[in-house]
Amino acid sequence: MPEQHLVVVGASLAGLRAVEAARRAGYEGEITLVGAEEHLPYDRPPLSKEFLTGEVEPNYFRDEESLRTELEVDLRLGTAASELRPTERTVVAGGAELAYTGLVIATGARARELPGTPALDGVYTLRGLDDARRVRAALGPGVRTVIVGAGFIGSEIASSARATGAEVTVLEAAPVPLAGAVGERMGAACAGLHQRNGTDVRCRATVAAIEGAGAVESVVLDDGTRLSADVVIVGIGAVPETRWLAGSGVALDDGVVCDETLNAGFPGVYAAGDIARWPNPLFGETMRLEHWTTAAEQGGLAARNAIDPEQARPCATVPYFWSDWYGSRIQFVGVPTADEVRVAAGDVSADSFLALYRRGEHVCGALGLNQRRPVMKLRALIAKHGTWQDALDVAAAG
Amino acid sequence: MRMHIDTDVCTGHGVCEGIRPDVFEVGDDGVVHLLTEEFTEDDRQDLEDAVDQCPTQALRLEG
Repeated sequence: MPEQHLVVVGASLAGLRAVEAARRAGYEGEITLVGAEEHLPYDRPPLSKEFLTGEVEPNYFRDEESLRTELEVDLRLGTAASELRPTERTVVAGGAELAYTGLVIATGARARELPGTPALDGVYTLRGLDDARRVRAALGPGVRTVIVGAGFIGSEIASSARATGAEVTVLEAAPVPLAGAVGERMGAACAGLHQRNGTDVRCRATVAAIEGAGAVESVVLDDGTRLSADVVIVGIGAVPETRWLAGSGVALDDGVVCDETLNAGFPGVYAAGDIARWPNPLFGETMRLEHWTTAAEQGGLAARNAIDPEQARPCATVPYFWSDWYGSRIQFVGVPTADEVRVAAGDVSADSFLALYRRGEHVCGALGLNQRRPVMKLRALIAKHGTWQDALDVAAAG
Repeated sequence: MRMHIDTDVCTGHGVCEGIRPDVFEVGDDGVVHLLTEEFTEDDRQDLEDAVDQCPTQALRLEG
């Protein structure tokens, strides 16, 4: 039997959980963890939240010593993978050829760029720690800040920027923010948080140009409106980081195409986290999720499946994401495409409500604003294909 | 096996409760509480999943 070698490409949450899960499962072969960034694995959600508002340190999940010694990982940071040859079971990273018996692809996603954006000082995207440090340094009292995109990242940045005293305008191309994530009605309800906190959100606002000489000076909309800006932050989503897989033979379709077990179509090759597109058996739908908990869950599962493919298990999960704005917590579980959305508790014009999403006779989703108690009860119910009445009962119990 | 919850770090996401509602519950105080401390080896994978998927890294499993 050949020497076992698990290669994990991508050293963020999914990659880290992959390594940890392999060791915990008793895997004794070699592990190599390849990460494009110089940083040890760190937690991303705080980067658009508290990290922007104060001198907080990055939250590293583990120190280098524990990775190298406790988990016995050959750690290769600042090293981007450039090629996969799945028929030869080889990954090329930093010029080195790594022969693997099992591979976890966890290269995540990169920030989507606004087409035609010029290279001006003061224009940022926010994805990694280095981005967050630059944005944090740029924000402050009176700084005229234009945020492009009123999705969750843009909204969190808006909330954080306001907390630093910046003057914030948020531009959203769609008629309603967050419609894809939570549906139109609830997207509008969430956007109410901005209004109640005095943040200027402009929908149906398309950027025609970002202008300046050296540094950004203004954002011009397609209706001719000109907004003066010291800082522009583009938060219009993320693109799966599949460029290094082009030509590898691995099927790509807005992510790495996987089966239920996260296998990417070649022996020993699995994907996890933002990059994985897979059929989720709980919903009978193919999904690609950019959620923290999905990365954690899939990282562990992909590694266990990669080291023991004969016992590979499917990834059956109820999506969960959260977002914190102005001290309020938005939580969503399940899927938003529904026959009916009903506000089951609270009031959508206030800072606490619970909405339930129905498909046929079953509950398929739930959105809570400052409703920590019932949301995860509903996640468990959705996982069991609970009925609509069961969900209404959970909501009524509070 | 012992499960520790750092209630200074927990913000009540309740991912653990979603995994094992018979073990964890988000309370009215907005943080997670243990409903039992009696665990067997059959619980281990679920408890490890709860630790791994805690968004604030508030859980720790010993033993």
